[in-house]
Amino acid sequence: MDQFAVKVFVRLRPSVLDPAGEATKSASIKLGAEGIKSLRIGKMIEVKIEGNGENEVREKIDLLCDRLFANTVIEDYEYSLEKL
Amino acid sequence: MDNFTVGVVVFPGSNCDRDVSWALEGCLDIRTKYLWHESSDLSNVDAIVLPGGFSYGDYLRCGAIARFSPLINALDDFVKSGRRVLGICNGFQILTESGFLPGALTTNKNLNFICDDVELDIVSSKGGWFNDGVEKQTIKLPIAHGEGRYHCDSDTLKKLVDNELISLRYKNNPNGSSFDIAGITNEKGNVLGLMPHPERACDETIGGTDGLFTLKSLILK
Repeated sequence: MDQFAVKVFVRLRPSVLDPAGEATKSASIKLGAEGIKSLRIGKMIEVKIEGNGENEVREKIDLLCDRLFANTVIEDYEYSLEKL
Repeated sequence: MDNFTVGVVVFPGSNCDRDVSWALEGCLDIRTKYLWHESSDLSNVDAIVLPGGFSYGDYLRCGAIARFSPLINALDDFVKSGRRVLGICNGFQILTESGFLPGALTTNKNLNFICDDVELDIVSSKGGWFNDGVEKQTIKLPIAHGEGRYHCDSDTLKKLVDNELISLRYKNNPNGSSFDIAGITNEKGNVLGLMPHPERACDETIGGTDGLFTLKSLILK
């Protein structure tokens, strides 16, 4: 069995308003940071997972992302995978 | 109807379960039974309410974890049998997360947790959940949510409109919901999800009775 470290990024779809991102953008500007054109907040989920090779692990992660980690009505996801 | 029993689902973090039970039993004389979320035996109930609250602490997303409980797994057959399911607030979030209703509920546009009475237009009485407009076309119900902004893509919205699945719309949209949507049904009409709390409007002494009709509708066939 191989072990993999997976980082899943879940983001609101571009078409979905992100009020928390807007509020943080506003605070960033008040802090004096200049030039911020856009600020959106997402989630990062770290998973350590075992499987027989990368393809099997990708299948598992795809299922997790699609059914649990992200609500694909409003969110997109992507992930990176590193063999340990 | 004497033995008609409404199952009120209790998740870890539900906090309107007792309110729903009180409203049904005390105001409408309808028998209720609490259903722990790990139960999958729905044979002794005739309708189900998924109450408001913060199931599983709203971890990940509101309703996302509750969706995997044994009870929600058993709900599919229950819904297909035509029996009624009412999801209030967190219950509505669970119904969208689990795919019984389309769309999703996410953070209010103004980021506030909004606790207020709102005016609602009855758009469709599909499933008979609301007055058909003969008596009232507008009702007032309390809302209490931080994540009640209904969102769906334009194709889904068109389907909701074309099939008269939108039950309630906010008169003054408090949370940024698409198309002012406050409540929707499935195509068959036996599943209703709404953000407002009908169980908190069942007695004049607590501010109104506009929620009675919806709770009473649970006994409709």
